[in-house]
Amino acid sequence: MTYLRIENVDKHFDRGGQRSEVLKDVSIDIAQGEVLSIIGHSGCGKSTLLNLIAGLTEVSSGGIQLEGREVNGPGPERAVVFQNHSLLPWLTVYENVNLAVSKVFGKTKSRTERHDWIMHNLDLVQMSHASDKRPTEISGGMKQRVGIARALAMQPKILLLDEPFGALDALTRAHLQDAVMDIQKRLGSTMIMITHDVDEAVLLSDRIVMMTNGPAARIGEILDVPLERPRSRIELAGDRTYLRCREAVLKFLYERHRFVEAA
Amino acid sequence: MSATVQRLPTAALPEPSAPAAVVSFPSTAKPPRSLGKTAARIAANVVPPLVVIALILIVWQILCSSPGATLPAPTQVWTDAGELILNPFFDYGQGDIGLGLRVLTSLQRVAIGFGIAAVVGVAIGAVIGQSIWAMRGLDPIFQILRTVPPLAWLPLSLAAFMDSAPSAIFVIFITSVWPVIINTAVGVRNIPQDYRNVAQILQLNPAEFFARIMIPAAAPYIFTGLKIGVGLSWLAIVAAEMLTGGVGIGFFIWDAWNSSRLSDIIVALVYIGVVGFMLDRLVTAIGAFVTRGTAAN
Ligand SMILES: Nc1ncnc2c1ncn2[C@@H]1O[C@H](COP(=O)(O)OP(=O)(O)OP(=O)(O)O)[C@@H](O)[C@H]1O
Ligand SMILES: [Mg+2]
Repeated sequence: MTYLRIENVDKHFDRGGQRSEVLKDVSIDIAQGEVLSIIGHSGCGKSTLLNLIAGLTEVSSGGIQLEGREVNGPGPERAVVFQNHSLLPWLTVYENVNLAVSKVFGKTKSRTERHDWIMHNLDLVQMSHASDKRPTEISGGMKQRVGIARALAMQPKILLLDEPFGALDALTRAHLQDAVMDIQKRLGSTMIMITHDVDEAVLLSDRIVMMTNGPAARIGEILDVPLERPRSRIELAGDRTYLRCREAVLKFLYERHRFVEAA
Repeated sequence: MSATVQRLPTAALPEPSAPAAVVSFPSTAKPPRSLGKTAARIAANVVPPLVVIALILIVWQILCSSPGATLPAPTQVWTDAGELILNPFFDYGQGDIGLGLRVLTSLQRVAIGFGIAAVVGVAIGAVIGQSIWAMRGLDPIFQILRTVPPLAWLPLSLAAFMDSAPSAIFVIFITSVWPVIINTAVGVRNIPQDYRNVAQILQLNPAEFFARIMIPAAAPYIFTGLKIGVGLSWLAIVAAEMLTGGVGIGFFIWDAWNSSRLSDIIVALVYIGVVGFMLDRLVTAIGAFVTRGTAAN
């Protein structure tokens, strides 16, 4: 059964009488618990698509339905890890997560339970040591990790991640990928992740959505990744299916890139 | 009291609203200092003003020592008003009290007027900042009203309230509320979309949004408004106390003018200047404390 349905979605922005088409006729059905990656060149409209699913911006035409109901606004069941982390600078790391936790679990968890839950999530991203620091006092990668902790702590039905591991070194990135996938498996949450990293896309996703270049970007191709879980990045390194998927994505991006240069 | 109001048009007092914007600029925050060179730095900061003050006093003394001088020289001020300078807190009864006590009374009045202006200004500014059309419609009006000098509000205020005490507070309020409104509105307009997105995802209600996002995000702007506002409200004190009479520092000046005690006026001017400066610094310090972290972003 379709869990999240994106149907003929168009999105354009109007400014000063000028219309810029960003997304054109985007349709995809996503099953519950599925992990979907969106890959595409910079500026093609990936974040815009994620914002539409989050309900932060409205579709120009077409529709997005979650469990059969139209998405017409944001909510904590669709948590977002923002591309630019979007932590509130006047709150400490702890308080940033707490704002989300007390809003989502204010009525169902006691104060100590909430505290433990916040610390647990900060532990997951290895940020509990900096819980009293303000966002301006920590590095870009650390901010991203707090952003991830904030989203995870909301226990969302759908986790929307906009290049969540972009600013991280390979080691931290691998650790966090594992942590997020672990949680995803445990909660069975649906996950939609934007990434520029082909390996990351293949390693983590059930399907990879490849978008054409903007303006008026469409879904160019959807690639199934038929790999067993749990996946180990070391074993997969030489796996044939893995390499085939990787090649397919690279080919798509490469050809599209050529297309841009020709245009 | 009403008699003094009658004399309004002939008042030779300096027009108080013009320097308002200028006053607030030079006091930008100083960089933090390391403790090691503190003494040298303090000396470097204290000695030049002292030298300049000495020079001013000397020039003033020379200019006003001639027989035909219209204003008292420093020595004259010292003989006339030495007690006012040396003892700010004397109280001889019958309203004959030191300038320190007078300043406190005036500060109380300003605290009420400016307090209301701060609360009302932030509230109105927050509402206006949320709507682009309210902003477009109201901003020009505020920009015009902002320039109206305190003295000009006086008759209207008195006519509206029919009583001197609330009128005085109103004059302080109406003088200082505009920059608070305008700056708060601009601050709210400038809240980054990112923060609004976070608030929307969390489904903060309007009250939570106001307290958790809007106020902290706009705090640097709000404090800019409050800083200008507190300066303006102190500028309005003379105008306000022309109405109320009694023991305030503003009325003291008005009273001294009516009985030609120029030396007293000079001392009172220095008091007002120093207190105004301290008010400005106080709001700046509170602002720096409250917005630590936010402004750096
Ligand atoms: N609010 C907006 N108003 C006008 N145009 C916008 C707006 N938001 C996005 N766009 C335009 O939509 C296009 C896609 O932007 P988007 O942020 O979705 O790209 P992206 O695929 O996420 O890029 P990146 O990989 O660099 O993050 C861009 O051309 C951008 O200029
Ligand atoms: Mg993006």
